[in-house]
Formats: sequence, structure tokens, C-alpha cells
Amino acid sequence: MAKGVKPRVKVPKSASAGEIITIKTLISHQMESGQRKDKEGNVIPRSIIHRFTCEFNGQSIIDIILAPAISTNPYFQFEAVVPETGEFKFTWYDDDGSVYEEIKSISVI
Amino acid sequence: MRVAIVATIVCFVSSLVLAGPDDDNLTINGELEMITETVAPTHLEGFDVIYSGWRFRTDETQSLQIDDFDNPAMIFVDKAIDLFNTVDGTEGKACVSCHEGPEQFVGLSASMPKVIDGKLTVMEDLINSHRAEVMGAEAWKWSGEDMQSMIALIGLQSRGMPVNVAIDGEAAPFWEQGKEMYYTRYGQLELSCANCHEQNYGNMIRADHLSQGHTNGFPTYRLKQAKLISRHNRFRGCIRDTRAETFAEGSDEFRALELYVASRSNGLSVETPAVRQ
Repeated sequence: MAKGVKPRVKVPKSASAGEIITIKTLISHQMESGQRKDKEGNVIPRSIIHRFTCEFNGQSIIDIILAPAISTNPYFQFEAVVPETGEFKFTWYDDDGSVYEEIKSISVI
Repeated sequence: MRVAIVATIVCFVSSLVLAGPDDDNLTINGELEMITETVAPTHLEGFDVIYSGWRFRTDETQSLQIDDFDNPAMIFVDKAIDLFNTVDGTEGKACVSCHEGPEQFVGLSASMPKVIDGKLTVMEDLINSHRAEVMGAEAWKWSGEDMQSMIALIGLQSRGMPVNVAIDGEAAPFWEQGKEMYYTRYGQLELSCANCHEQNYGNMIRADHLSQGHTNGFPTYRLKQAKLISRHNRFRGCIRDTRAETFAEGSDEFRALELYVASRSNGLSVETPAVRQ
């Protein structure tokens, strides 16, 4: 079980229809690659976030597969067009089976 | 031949232009304006204007400090908030048992280090003495993650306030000791702090752009180490690079040096936690 995992998301609270907004996401996670050994020479088991997705009102915006070479605290920044008022849903999938979710609503004015 | 000479002159002139701090302004989260350039404190004879180390970094590194979401040090600040509320030690207490919240420490870091009961005291001392005497908890390692995260959280409360450490009264002998160290050449390379950070700031030391060596952003998140770096860790690194035997983290020598170096930043905004190369 990965410890100290905390998702963070930054989405503007409002936008005009059709506007391109910037979304920033960060999850604190050790991202242990599975390649390293401890002092006794035992392999430290792999423990990473292996998938990250973002949906807007149920429609997929981005779907990312993460690999073991990605460093701690993976950060993603991307752009999205906002057609209407709604909710962004962010999901991170952990190797240990945990799923972390974050929801941010945005209103179109 | 003439073309080559002209090209050489152009290169030389442009490298001169590159030297020194840039002209960028630091405003954090679009609202908190920082003083990154101000008149040097009167005790400082080496230069007239002091510049934050932020002004010597590349645009990419600078941008990480402009928005707290992009600042990797904030992850450690978040961890420190959890630590603040976590019970530790034999007395069953957490920081929050006595202190309402980190907000209580507004301005504290801006005036540290200071002399308390005749002893020059830095933030690490304050935290560990409270842990030992009030909480009955084990001392944190000087440059350990818990310690530096907590110092970053406390320092964040003073962000934007000018550094203002006292150098007179009881602090005077410690300050003199620190000043003596600052101008003493150490190591096989025979370099003092002043040789780089006073006489050569703005120049390149191999791939690194030398700043004036202020500590107003510490603990800083260093990209190459991917964690928070303490002041004493940085002092140790600099002295080691002169090929000298260094002082230990938490030694009285480094406490005195910390006071003197902090006094050189008097007037600059506290930037804790800053991001550096």
C-alpha cells in the first residue's frame, strides 16, 4: 500500500463557452520502479500509478498509461475545450488496486 | 580574419550582457508581490544592491515558483501540515496541542536566527527542543525530510515579509564570528564565501550562474536533489566544494554563519519555500 498519496488538481472555476482552459494535475506518489534493491539485496516491489484518466461529463478527455521510469509525484498539464457547464473527473489507478478520484466543476458563463 | 575578430567581440559583449541578475519580477499566485531587489543593508560593504537568488535562475526554474501548484516544495508543506497534527512522543502531544495552527508563526522565520537565553538559536533548535521537552519525542535529523518540511511550513507563514534579523546586542558576537567565516578562505582551493558570492556573482562557475548567496528562500527545493535542502546542507556543500573539511550540520560555526548570511538578506522578501536549480 503506497503511503502519502494525495491527488491535487487545478481547474478554473469558470470559463466562456468553447474556451480552451489549462488543467494542472499532480499526485504525490513514490513511483517505486521495481528495479531497485534494498540494503539486504532484495528487490523493492514495484508500486506506481499505472493509469491516469480525465473525463468531462462522462466523455473521455485524456487517458494515459504510466510506466515504471516515471519519477515521483507525476504531474500532468493539458488543455481542454469547455463546451458547457459540467464536471471534470480525474482518476488515478495505483498498482495496489487503489483508485484515487477528484472531481472539479466548472461553470460556463 | 577580421570576421573572426568581430565575432569574438560580439560574443564577448553578449556574455557581458548575460552576466548579473535578470529583470523579471516575482509575483506569486498572481497576487503576492515579492521584493527580489533592494538597497543593501548598511553593514554590507560588498555591494549597493542585493538581489534574490531567484533572479539568477533560468525562466523555466523561475516559473516553478510563480504558482504554488507548480512549486514542488508544496508537497512537503502539505506533509508538514499532517505532521503538525500528528501525535508523537511519550507525552501524547502534537504541535497542534499547544499551537493553534501554523498561522500563529507569522513573521517568526523572518527574524531567525536569534539569541534566546544567551544561545544563538535557529529554527531546527526550536523545533527539536519543543519535541524533546514538551512532546517527549525523538529529535528530528537536521536535514531530514520531516524537519525541513516543518521549517518550510513555518517559513511559508512569513512569505512576502522582509527578512529582518537582529545583528546588534546579544547577537553581535555571533554575527562577528559569522562574518569572519564568510571572509575566510577554506580548503585546498582557498575560496571564501565572498570570493564567489560577493566578488563574482552574476558570472558563471562552470554551468552554474552564481547568485549573491542569500538564504531568504530556504529551505529550498533543489531540482537536482528533488527535495528540500537545509541552509546547513548548502553551507556544507559549498565548503566541501572548496576541498575543505567542512563543519557539521548543526555546529555552532554554521549557526553563526547562518546568522551572518541571513543578515546580508535583510530587506529581501522571505521566499520560503523557493525553487532553485
